[in-house]
Amino acid sequence: MNFLNILQEIEKADPEVFEKLDTRRSALKSFTNVSGKIALASLPFALGSMFKKAYAGGPSGTTVLDVFNFALTLEYLEAAFYKNGIAAGAMLIPNANDRAAINIIGTHEAEHVAYLKAAITAAGGTPVASPTFDFTAGGGKGNGPFQDIFTNYETFLAVAQAFEDTGVRAYKGQAPNLVQGGAYLTAALNIHSVEARHASKVRQMRKANGFSSTVKPWITLADTGGIGAAVQANYAGEDNTVQANIQIVNINGFKISADAASEAFDEPLTMAQVVALVTPFFAA
Amino acid sequence: MAKINDSLIENLDKLPQSRRNFFRYAGGAGLIATVAAACHKENPGPGHHPGKTVDLGSGDVGILNYAYALEQLEAAFYTRVLATPYYHISSSEYSLLSDVRDHEIAHREFFKTALGSSAIQALTPDFSSINFSSRDSVLGAAKAFEDLGVSAYNGAGQLIVSPDYLTLAGKIVSVEARHAAYIRELISINSFADNTVLDANGLDTSRTPAQVLSMASVYIVQTIDASHLPTA
Repeated sequence: MNFLNILQEIEKADPEVFEKLDTRRSALKSFTNVSGKIALASLPFALGSMFKKAYAGGPSGTTVLDVFNFALTLEYLEAAFYKNGIAAGAMLIPNANDRAAINIIGTHEAEHVAYLKAAITAAGGTPVASPTFDFTAGGGKGNGPFQDIFTNYETFLAVAQAFEDTGVRAYKGQAPNLVQGGAYLTAALNIHSVEARHASKVRQMRKANGFSSTVKPWITLADTGGIGAAVQANYAGEDNTVQANIQIVNINGFKISADAASEAFDEPLTMAQVVALVTPFFAA
Repeated sequence: MAKINDSLIENLDKLPQSRRNFFRYAGGAGLIATVAAACHKENPGPGHHPGKTVDLGSGDVGILNYAYALEQLEAAFYTRVLATPYYHISSSEYSLLSDVRDHEIAHREFFKTALGSSAIQALTPDFSSINFSSRDSVLGAAKAFEDLGVSAYNGAGQLIVSPDYLTLAGKIVSVEARHAAYIRELISINSFADNTVLDANGLDTSRTPAQVLSMASVYIVQTIDASHLPTA
């Protein structure tokens, strides 16, 4: 099953999913549509009662399930990616501390997969199945730009950085769809900040390994941190320095550079933007 | 109530362009109602009574003031760190901690500008428990501030009504998490997301405003009154 099929399945269950999730206006509309579709009282898991509160005026049940299945699909991608990296061992990751770090990150991604599956089930939904992957970014042909993904540590960490930074943007983009969503929103936020911790660590590892002399734990303008064109699209829009119509550069007379102004705020991506970025990693 | 809203809309029109746009962009009628509710009390509302107790206010404005209070604390801390760097600070640490300072100042000034006349007063930090000449002391405090900031934003998200405010909080919290992971690595390798902040599901910590403020209070001279903030 490929990623686009999964999205089509989500769409089948909820034909308006993309319209609903990708525009604020319709997101606002959707959370007034309090769902009676899910019989929360009969949920078998503890998670059900934990999440119950979320339905009191928050997002509809279908919106929550759409967002969580989208998140689950991205977590499948990350979890499988790190699992392969860990399996390659010292051949791929020469430094023992780095291997431990990748193991920690991969463990978190696997935990996120398990958690989201349980949450979706508890909310009365069906977790999407894991797609198969092409980590060369060849769309299943194995001939993408990252041929040496599991034999060249520099390539591996470059893709790891892109996945983590993009994961942060993906969760952030879904937050408004979960506004007033109680425990569902909090769960998504609690994963979002972990992805940001990962992104920071991976960027520090790229610096420490000499793969980039300029990369920092945060995103400067729309800079890829020395990776280049292969992941440039993942950073589109990160150079924003205006927040809610307020220019952050030199705000109120403080010396804040454009670099710092862009670093201080991470930018969201819509579901459609994320799908376009990660589709090459999904096999046909 | 209609009268209050009308006068607020008039007042909004007198605000500087950027601030006015912010309120239009972010809130619309819901926000105005919130501000009106915050002002419709015996006291004159947040930001108007400098002194020992600082009332954050209610609704989304209260949450933004809560974030503003925490960003004031962080910005003051890093400003001090860079003004009197600890012994043997490396050039890399100096450079990246300067970045962190600038990010926190940017956050603080953003909230101050966005809140306008609804903003709480400038808070007076109390860093007497921190030894600014000691790397261990400074980084330990930095770690505490960053982890606390992450948990504060994570916990406040569900209290926010406006999707636009929620997105703004999201834009900031991931940067705080990047800071946290950087500071943690300076202290101890591979502690960027250890089990002192993550649970067995790989989820980060979230805290209520009451929990956060009780931990932050030691660093703030004023007493923060969060009693009008939403709780669910």
